[in-house]
Amino acid sequence: MATTVVTPQPVRMEQSLTPINGPFRRNLNTIVIIWYREVLRFVRDWIRIITSLAQPLMFLFIFGSGLSSSLNVVGSQANLPPGTPTLDFRTFLFPGVLSMTVLFTSIFSAISIVWDREFGFLREMLVAPISRTSLVLGKALGGSTIAMLQGTIMLIFAPLVGVNLSVGLVVKLMLEMLLLAFSLTSLGIVIASRMKSMEGFQMIMQFFLMPMFFLSGALFPLRNLPGWLAFLTKINPVTYGVDPLRQAVLRALNLPQFVLDALGLGVKVFDTTLSTSVELLIVAILGLIFIVWGALAFNKQD
Amino acid sequence: MADMAAEEQTLQGEQLNGQIQSPADLRMAVASEGVRPAGAPIIEVEGLTRHYGKLEAVKGISFEVYPGEIFGFLGPNGAGKSTTINMLCTLLRPTAGRARIAGYDLVTQRNKVRESIGLIFQDPSLDDRLTADENLRFHATVYGLPAAVSKQRREELLKMVDLYDRRDQLVRTFSGGMKRRLEIARGLLHYPRVLFLDEPTIGLDPQTRLHLWSYILNLRQQKQITMFLTTHYMDEAEYCDRIAIIDHGKIVALDTPSRLKDMVGGDVIRLRTSDNAVAAQQIKEHFGVEPRENKGELVFEIAGGEELVPRIVEKVTARIASISVRRPTLDDVFIKLTGREIRDEEADARELMRGFMRSRRWGRR
Repeated sequence: MATTVVTPQPVRMEQSLTPINGPFRRNLNTIVIIWYREVLRFVRDWIRIITSLAQPLMFLFIFGSGLSSSLNVVGSQANLPPGTPTLDFRTFLFPGVLSMTVLFTSIFSAISIVWDREFGFLREMLVAPISRTSLVLGKALGGSTIAMLQGTIMLIFAPLVGVNLSVGLVVKLMLEMLLLAFSLTSLGIVIASRMKSMEGFQMIMQFFLMPMFFLSGALFPLRNLPGWLAFLTKINPVTYGVDPLRQAVLRALNLPQFVLDALGLGVKVFDTTLSTSVELLIVAILGLIFIVWGALAFNKQD
Repeated sequence: MADMAAEEQTLQGEQLNGQIQSPADLRMAVASEGVRPAGAPIIEVEGLTRHYGKLEAVKGISFEVYPGEIFGFLGPNGAGKSTTINMLCTLLRPTAGRARIAGYDLVTQRNKVRESIGLIFQDPSLDDRLTADENLRFHATVYGLPAAVSKQRREELLKMVDLYDRRDQLVRTFSGGMKRRLEIARGLLHYPRVLFLDEPTIGLDPQTRLHLWSYILNLRQQKQITMFLTTHYMDEAEYCDRIAIIDHGKIVALDTPSRLKDMVGGDVIRLRTSDNAVAAQQIKEHFGVEPRENKGELVFEIAGGEELVPRIVEKVTARIASISVRRPTLDDVFIKLTGREIRDEEADARELMRGFMRSRRWGRR
C-alpha cells in the first residue's frame, strides 16, 4: 500500500476576502428577516387564516347569537322608555372575540418555537453567529404582527354585530391589538423556553390558555363577580387588553352613560377604575418583562 | 502516483458532472488511498467530554482534522456521534475538554467558530413554506453577507446544486434529495472553512445518496473545503479520507479506511457446516486461527482467503453447506474492535421509527 504524500494545496481563504456585516448590522437585519419570515408564512398560508377564523366566529355567531336571543345586556328592562338604544350581546362580545383571536394566535405562534427548535428552522438559527436576543425579538415582533393581522381580519364581521367602524377606530383597535399581541407572544416565548417538546402543549392549552381566555372578561362583564373570580381576572394580563378594546368599540356607538356604566367598563383595582391608558401601560410593562425574561431564558439555554 | 493521476483525471471528467452511475464509480472518485494529512490542523480536539446527568455520552475524545480532508465519524446509534458534532458546532457546551476550529476556541470564541462553519443537519431544517431562494436569502442575512455578495453567491450555489431553475418554488414541493442539496448550498453560502454533516444521507434512497456523495466529493475537489461527517453507513464511511470509529463515547480506532481494513488481518471467510465444533477445531489446527461462531456460521479472517478455500474444504471433515470469501469491510473492523456489529436490530427499529416520524413531518408541514 504505497503512501502518497499529497502536497497540501493552499486552502482558498475565500472568507477573508468577503466583507461581512458587523455584529450590530447583522443582528438588526436578523430581527427584520425573522419578522419578515413570520409575515410571509402567514400571508401565504391562507388555509390557516381561514381555519383559525372558525373558532372566533363560532363564539361570535353561535355562542353570541344563542345568548343574545335570551338576554340583552342592557336595555331589555321593561321600565325603559321606548326608543332607548339597546345593546346586542354580540356587540359586547365582539371585542372579546378580537382579544381571543389575538391571544390564541400569539401563543400558538410563540410555541411553534419548540417545534422549530427541535426539528426545523430554529436549529439553523441557533448555530448562526447572531445573538439569541435577536432571535427572540424577531420572533416576538413577527408573532405579534400576525396575531394583530388575524385580529384585523375579524374586523370584517364588525358590521354584522352592530359595530360602527371608522378609520380612526380601526387604527386604534389595530394598535391596541398589536400591543396585546406583543405581550402575549413574549409570554408565549417564556413558556416555549421551558418546554422541551410539543408533548406539553395540551397541558399549556388546558391550564394556561383556556383560563386566560375565560378569566379575561372576553365573554362577560367583570362586575359583581365572587371575590375569588374577581381576583383571578385581575391577575390575568389579557384582562387589561380586553377592556381597552371593548371601550373603543362601545364608546364609538354613542350609547347613553347608564348603558356604559352597566357594562362594567374599566378594570377596577383596589376600588379605583383604571383608565384605558393605564391598562395599556400595564400591558406594555408586562410585555417588557416577558420579552426580557424570554431573551434571558434563551440566552441561558445552551 | 500514476494511479493517483488517473483518478484525478476521472474526477475532473465525466463523473463529477453528476454522471456517477454506481457506488463503484464513486469509490473510484475518492482519492483517499494513502493520503497523509499535511499542514496545520483546522479542527483540534482535546479531551472533549459531555455528560448528560450521570450518563457520559462522550468520554474525553481527542483528534485532529486537516484542511481539505473528509473526516468521518463512524459508529452505531447512540455512540456519541451527534453529541460530538453538536459540541463542535456550538449547539452543546462541552462538560470538559477543549477544541479549536479554524483557530478559534470553541467556548470562548463561539461566534467566530460559528462564522467559520457550515452545518448540514441530520433532520431537515429548511423552512418549507419559503422558496429555495428565500431560504438562502435568510441564511445570507443572518450570516451578514452584504446584499450584492448574497445575490451573486445565491445564484452561484443554486446553480451548483442544480436548483437554479426551481429557485422560486416552495421547498415543500421538493423531493428529499432536492431538499438535501438545497441544505448543502445553504451550508456553503457564507464561505465556511469547515462543513459539518450529521448523517447527511439518512432517510434518502440509494440513488439520491449516490448523487449526494458525488456532490460532496466534487465540492472537496473544487473548493478544498474540510468536511466532518458522521454516519453509520459503512459504505459511506469508505468515501472518507480518514475515519474515527466511535463506540460508547470513545474513539476506538482512527485511520484511513484501507488501513483500518488491514487491521482485520486478511479476507473474511464464512463457513456453514454440519458440525461447527469439529470444523472450528480443525481450522484452528491447520490454519492457526480461531473462528468465531455467529448465527450458526463460523467466521474467521485470514490472508489470501481465495487460495485457501480448496485447502479448507480438504481439511474440514464436517460436511460443508456453504463457504464464502470476501474482502474485509469497515463492519468487520468494527466487529474486530468491539465484538459487535454496528447495526444491531434494535438500532434498525429505531431508525425505522425515525424515518417514519420524519416522513410524517415532511407530509404535515
